[in-house]
Amino acid sequence: MSQVLHNDAIVKPPGILARLQASAGRTIRKLAEEPLGMAGFLILAMLVVVAVFAPLISPYGPNVQMLSDALKPPSLAHLAGTDEFGRDIVSRLVWGTRITIQTVLSVSVIVGPVGLIIGVVAGFFGGRTDAILMRATDIVLSFPSLILALAFAAALGAGLNTAIIAISLTAWPPIARLARAESLVVRNADYVAAARLYGASPVRILLLYIAPMCIPSVIVRLTLNMAGIILTAASLGFLGLGAQPPSPEWGAMISSGRKFMLDYWWVAVMPGIAILLTSLAFNIVGDTLRDLLDPRHARS
Amino acid sequence: MKELSASELGRRLLHLLLSLFILLCVTFVIGRVLPADPVGAIVGELADPAAYEAMRTRLGLDLPLYQQFFIYLNNLLHGDFGTAILTGNPVSQDLSRAFPATLELATLAVLISTFVGVPLGLAAALFRDTFIDKIARVVSLVGHSIPVFWFGIVGLVVFYATLNWVGGPGRVDVYYEGIVTPATGLLLVDSLLEGETEIFWNALSHIILPAIILAYAAMAYITRMTRSFTLEQLGQDYVIAARAKGVGPARTVVSHVLPNIAVQLITVLAISYGNLLEGAVVTEIVFSWPGIGQYMTNALMIGDMNAILAATIVVGLVFMLLNFIADIASAILDPRTREATR
Repeated sequence: MSQVLHNDAIVKPPGILARLQASAGRTIRKLAEEPLGMAGFLILAMLVVVAVFAPLISPYGPNVQMLSDALKPPSLAHLAGTDEFGRDIVSRLVWGTRITIQTVLSVSVIVGPVGLIIGVVAGFFGGRTDAILMRATDIVLSFPSLILALAFAAALGAGLNTAIIAISLTAWPPIARLARAESLVVRNADYVAAARLYGASPVRILLLYIAPMCIPSVIVRLTLNMAGIILTAASLGFLGLGAQPPSPEWGAMISSGRKFMLDYWWVAVMPGIAILLTSLAFNIVGDTLRDLLDPRHARS
Repeated sequence: MKELSASELGRRLLHLLLSLFILLCVTFVIGRVLPADPVGAIVGELADPAAYEAMRTRLGLDLPLYQQFFIYLNNLLHGDFGTAILTGNPVSQDLSRAFPATLELATLAVLISTFVGVPLGLAAALFRDTFIDKIARVVSLVGHSIPVFWFGIVGLVVFYATLNWVGGPGRVDVYYEGIVTPATGLLLVDSLLEGETEIFWNALSHIILPAIILAYAAMAYITRMTRSFTLEQLGQDYVIAARAKGVGPARTVVSHVLPNIAVQLITVLAISYGNLLEGAVVTEIVFSWPGIGQYMTNALMIGDMNAILAATIVVGLVFMLLNFIADIASAILDPRTREATR
């Protein structure tokens, strides 16, 4: 069989990178007309920069204690004040972005592919496979996720990794449902039929022809979920089940600042503002991405 | 309104039972399989081997896993969740005391979020792209993003410690505690039943802040969903017809659109109610509210798996029941969904 003929005849969907590049370019042009979305993107970009360059940006070390400076109100030397050990709160917040970004990325890296594969397999094969997989998805979806995460964290021992696993275990169903819905649409497309005609195996069709088409909407959905992930992670931290002291996890910082709330409000208020701004930015960016990338949604 | 066929109801019940069974499997795995050394957690690291073995046998950990699971299920069916380390009481007894407190908080919160969220969502859709719509969008964006425990702490400092508008942590002031005999366990209801209006007002001043703060996140979700449901309807022919025959915009929405989105809204409200029960966990810590959340967190601190798992099962069960009820309700109210679900 001549390879040349095959290469000519096989109808290939456009490469994933090319498509992502094209839609990214379109998105950025449209974004210029959305000031709120732009602001969200800027905040996120800033967060990433802060997380990467934390050692350069933070004025003090995150765990440097100066007991003589304990519980000082915000001033020029300590822009957000100091906590009960005299640690600079701005520096701790800056280092804390690393923990937040790490949590969000780890959960997304676990949840995205798992949800995508379950959803695409269910949507593509249909029938009994679909019924079983979707029933499982529905069941996990009907679990109270924070409570279950609490129980997991309690059994596995507190820590950042446990928190990440616990959140991931209950965060994949929305992704799976979305990927299934997308693949139901795509599997009947002409280019898939063409690929099948030319003898592509089901696995090949699944991985190279259907899964890539679902990736953009999965990414949007992940962005929207990130705000929720941050809030759940912060809740776990607040309850003492996330990253352990002295690491500057924002939820844990609120928890320890709570004791001094009446007289030294900044200790608990500052990390809360950081959480609020971050999840706000993720929500805005997720909303904007959805409006821009999904024309069906933008109309309603 | 049509009747739900028996087989349909049976199928949904079967799904509910299956979900419950899987939840029990998950909690069993969490409680018995994941912890590296459940015996050591109870007897301590330095216990002598004989005591260790005795405890291992008492817990039934020497049996094969499937037998352990069977015993576990059997105990649960008899309402036996084991004994709580913290209180020394049976966990079921502790939970039956804590659950009404959580239920009261979540119920008030769901009422608040519905009565604010639905009108706000309707208004936002009706006056799309106006000032009201923008306010609604910002309110719901912030509601989706705010950490509820932090909001609670800030609210407590502002409205209790500084302004003194509301009662502080706990369900009532200390000197009112234990006066009302719990009949329903809902303090607001019990105090009224006994005619203790003073306690009622005191309890109300205590519950109002946590309820509002808890309600906020749910309200954000309800507003957003109401808005998008309404926008879908506003383009429909029947709305245009109503407007054409001279029905005013407010009346159109209330008496024409609202009944049409009611089915979808019920599902949203049920989901919100479930989420509120869950969100109550962290809110209860902040407000020292003696509900399931606080009970569970106290158990977490000392690693009391019996109490943690029982609380997980109870909240999970209520969560699933709410989903089930919403499912049934939407099937009864909307015959279309009955055919749509396979």
